[in-house]
Amino acid sequence: MNPSRLPGDRPAIMVDGVSVRYANGVTAIDDASFRLFPASICALVGVNGSGKSTLFKTLMGFLAPAKGAVSIAGQKVADALKQGLVAYVPQSEDVDWNFPVLVEDVVMMGRYGHMGLLRLASKADRAAVDAALERVGMSALRHRQIGELSGGQKKRVFLARALAQGGQIILLDEPFTGVDARTETAIIDLLRAMRDEGRLILVSTHNLGSIPDFCDHVILFNRTVIAAGPIETTFTEANLIRAFGGVLRHVRIDGSDLHDDADARRVTVLTDDERPLVLYGERDREKLVAPDRPKA
Amino acid sequence: MNAVLGFITQPLAHDFMQRGLVVALLVGMICAMLSCYLVLKGWSLMGDAVSHAVLPGIVLAFVAGLPLALGAFAAGLGCALATGYLQAHSRVREDAVMGIVFSGLFALGLVLFVKVETDQHLNHILFGNMLGVQLRDVAETALIALPAIAFLLVRRRDLMLYCFDPAHARAIGLQVGFLHYGLLVLLALTIVASLKAVGIILVIAMLIAPGAIGLIVTRRFGPMMVVAVLAATGSSLIGTLLSFHLDAATGPMIVVVQSLLFALLVVIRQVRLALAPH
Ligand SMILES: Nc1ncnc2c1ncn2[C@@H]1O[C@H](COP(=O)(O)OP(=O)(O)OP(=O)(O)O)[C@@H](O)[C@H]1O
Ligand SMILES: [Mg+2]
Repeated sequence: MNPSRLPGDRPAIMVDGVSVRYANGVTAIDDASFRLFPASICALVGVNGSGKSTLFKTLMGFLAPAKGAVSIAGQKVADALKQGLVAYVPQSEDVDWNFPVLVEDVVMMGRYGHMGLLRLASKADRAAVDAALERVGMSALRHRQIGELSGGQKKRVFLARALAQGGQIILLDEPFTGVDARTETAIIDLLRAMRDEGRLILVSTHNLGSIPDFCDHVILFNRTVIAAGPIETTFTEANLIRAFGGVLRHVRIDGSDLHDDADARRVTVLTDDERPLVLYGERDREKLVAPDRPKA
Repeated sequence: MNAVLGFITQPLAHDFMQRGLVVALLVGMICAMLSCYLVLKGWSLMGDAVSHAVLPGIVLAFVAGLPLALGAFAAGLGCALATGYLQAHSRVREDAVMGIVFSGLFALGLVLFVKVETDQHLNHILFGNMLGVQLRDVAETALIALPAIAFLLVRRRDLMLYCFDPAHARAIGLQVGFLHYGLLVLLALTIVASLKAVGIILVIAMLIAPGAIGLIVTRRFGPMMVVAVLAATGSSLIGTLLSFHLDAATGPMIVVVQSLLFALLVVIRQVRLALAPH
């Protein structure tokens, strides 16, 4: 059961008029539609409570849409999951940290879908676990019990599990919160490599500044899709302000604060979180300027 | 040396001791394997609940002329399912729901038991009658325990994953419903298989202590289960032999040995932690 590359010309994820309501009556998603294709990294951006995590859970079939339909690789969600097509790292893990499993055991759980009925690990399974642990820099701690780790280290272990699983579609709900800059860089490198292998990666994040760095597409989300498309055309100040409303911190430096001459260019800093988005240029012709990534 | 040998062989010269020991080992083994999952899933109380709930099932099966084991199984499983349903449809916590459901069913069982003339001794239902088991009972226990053990061995990793992280189990396409209800059915079956030997009160201890022992001495699931099974079968053996020499009740003796083992291991662990170089 080693899922092969998805066809590049057909949507890997198709969300069609989906509404999701929680039992308490909150409509967290209202008539959202979008399509995502293989071999791309898509950012999912929105304020707290805009329904990002709800969208992930709906894509995983954990929540059933009240209206609309989700299809993954042209199939029903349950069928796609059975084939091990989708790897998912939730925003926070709801597990018993005293459970008697070691770090490497947790990562091995990502491989169960590749194993026989008895779940006996093959050489390939062990190699995948080793590689995933190496990627997130957790090889040295592989024999720790899962509760004996820091918050960021725990997060990395669950990322490694998704990597070891190796699905064609990878859903990451805020993988960078609580993770240090060095690991973030390593993870981003890995996401790029996986995209180049033809996978689709959907990642939610509040680090607006790193999005132009590694994402090809963006979905701006607030209960529904506010805007979706390629970064260059969609990840604009106007769209961000529409998606975030007043929540975004917004600093603009132009005119005599920036230049001594008549240069019409200006600097705009938009931030929702710790890593700001910086735009530089003339009105409506600004360029994204990725701030320097802290070097490892 | 001869004294040790005699300690073991002397009791086993009797048929009833042989039958009792076989049942004790079977029950010890299946309870130990299951207890690992119950302890980790936070379902210790579920064993308590299901075992109490079988009482009305036994009485009703007697009245209807059905096999008592069937009534016990149906009532036990019904309790587990009712608990799940009530919990999903109310905001009361699972342990509180279980407390209501099983004490209600147990009370109903007592009311029925006092009302209906049965040929059963309440004492035996509550505390078992290990040395009174007949060959038929041994066969019945084995018929339930062996397939249950086989199932747990084959699906042990899936069940472990389900207990640890049900969301991931779903994400990789495991049938979590099957695993969830499989565990509950096994629990009800195990309790039914254990009734003759240890009774509904003591089976609770058999369903918690071995897993707890495994958890305190190991850091991984596989070894935890091995330790649990060794502790339980060892306690079954020693408890059964001791009960013969001391002329004491067998089921309770096994549970006493198991509990002492647990306490001893906790103390040893504390002492080692205190002595360990910092
Ligand atoms: N289990 C739940 N029951 C009821 N309402 C919920 C539940 N979980 C989330 N909500 C509500 O649904 C909406 C969307 O929540 P969601 O967790 O999807 O937001 P999010 O975009 O992931 O936010 P964040 O950036 O904080 O992670 C919020 O209004 C939230 O209050
Ligand atoms: Mg969220």
